[in-house]
Amino acid sequence: MSLWRLFLYIIAMAVTTYLVRMIPLTVFQKKITNRFFRSFLFYVPYAVLAAMVIPAVFSATKSFGSSITGFAAAVILSYREMNIVTVACLSCAAALAAEMISVIL
Amino acid sequence: MKVENSFRRGALDSIPIALAYLAVSFAFGIAGSAKGVPVWAVTLISATCLTSAGQFAGLISITAGGTLIELVLSQVIINLRYSIMSIAIGQKLESRTKLWNRFLMAFGVTDEIFAMACGRKGEIGPKYFYGLMSFSWLAWTLGTFLGATASGLLPQMVMNALGIAIYGMLIAIIIPPSKHNKNIVAVIIVSVCFSLLFHYVKLFSFISSGFSIILCTLIAAGAGAVFFPVKEEDE
Repeated sequence: MSLWRLFLYIIAMAVTTYLVRMIPLTVFQKKITNRFFRSFLFYVPYAVLAAMVIPAVFSATKSFGSSITGFAAAVILSYREMNIVTVACLSCAAALAAEMISVIL
Repeated sequence: MKVENSFRRGALDSIPIALAYLAVSFAFGIAGSAKGVPVWAVTLISATCLTSAGQFAGLISITAGGTLIELVLSQVIINLRYSIMSIAIGQKLESRTKLWNRFLMAFGVTDEIFAMACGRKGEIGPKYFYGLMSFSWLAWTLGTFLGATASGLLPQMVMNALGIAIYGMLIAIIIPPSKHNKNIVAVIIVSVCFSLLFHYVKLFSFISSGFSIILCTLIAAGAGAVFFPVKEEDE
């Protein structure tokens, strides 16, 4: 692929991504009072993030075993309300430990 | 109600996001150079797009020689969830926020920044949002550059394990609030069930993973709104 073409693709990607975010943020300026829609928006983050995590997390590392280990660690630690960075780091450590154990065994 | 509009507060709140971004974008940088994309181009993708799933998909599309229309369409579908998030953020904004602020803020709408901004009680102002955006963007761009440059230095095993970081982060965002609100648990369970259905049942195999996320969101958040409408003060 020529450098110009690569550049064009990157710009197209950037503009598309920006418009998808910008149009709704500028069009819906007034407060929405509809109770259904307000409730819907309240639940959106949980619904989106849950669908993003599952099932993608099961193949987040190279092996199912270490992915599951990392996932389990993340669920347990966040249930104990540890902060985000701690959860992210410790779940990586758990996945790494699982990979090391599988190599040794 | 108090309006959170301090750049400093936003910057502080963005520390966990920035750290997680550093790790994920590092992986993106490595993936980019593994696919033969030059360092400047991988870094430019991160600096201008600021989106994880979209960028990974875009990288695959670009290096596989897809057409421009395919690239744009896949980006719209994968990133469509940002539209819903943008509306939600718009609702959270103090009403005197100027239009040009909205144009600037739109660039920084990501899953994590959205979760952080909407997780706050009460309204937010643009300065708080800029605080969240700035360091997240910096970490995302820097991490990509470092990953693309340092590609091949880290042991493969460590790189593999880092793949779990972004999910650990997302889990840590949704689980604590659901401990105190059973309705949120129900919404999460519905979303997860449909997500599994769309991924593993052959009948639904035509649904791409980006589109699956949109469908799950509409179904689960819609069901939540129908069965457990929230009162003004819950938000």
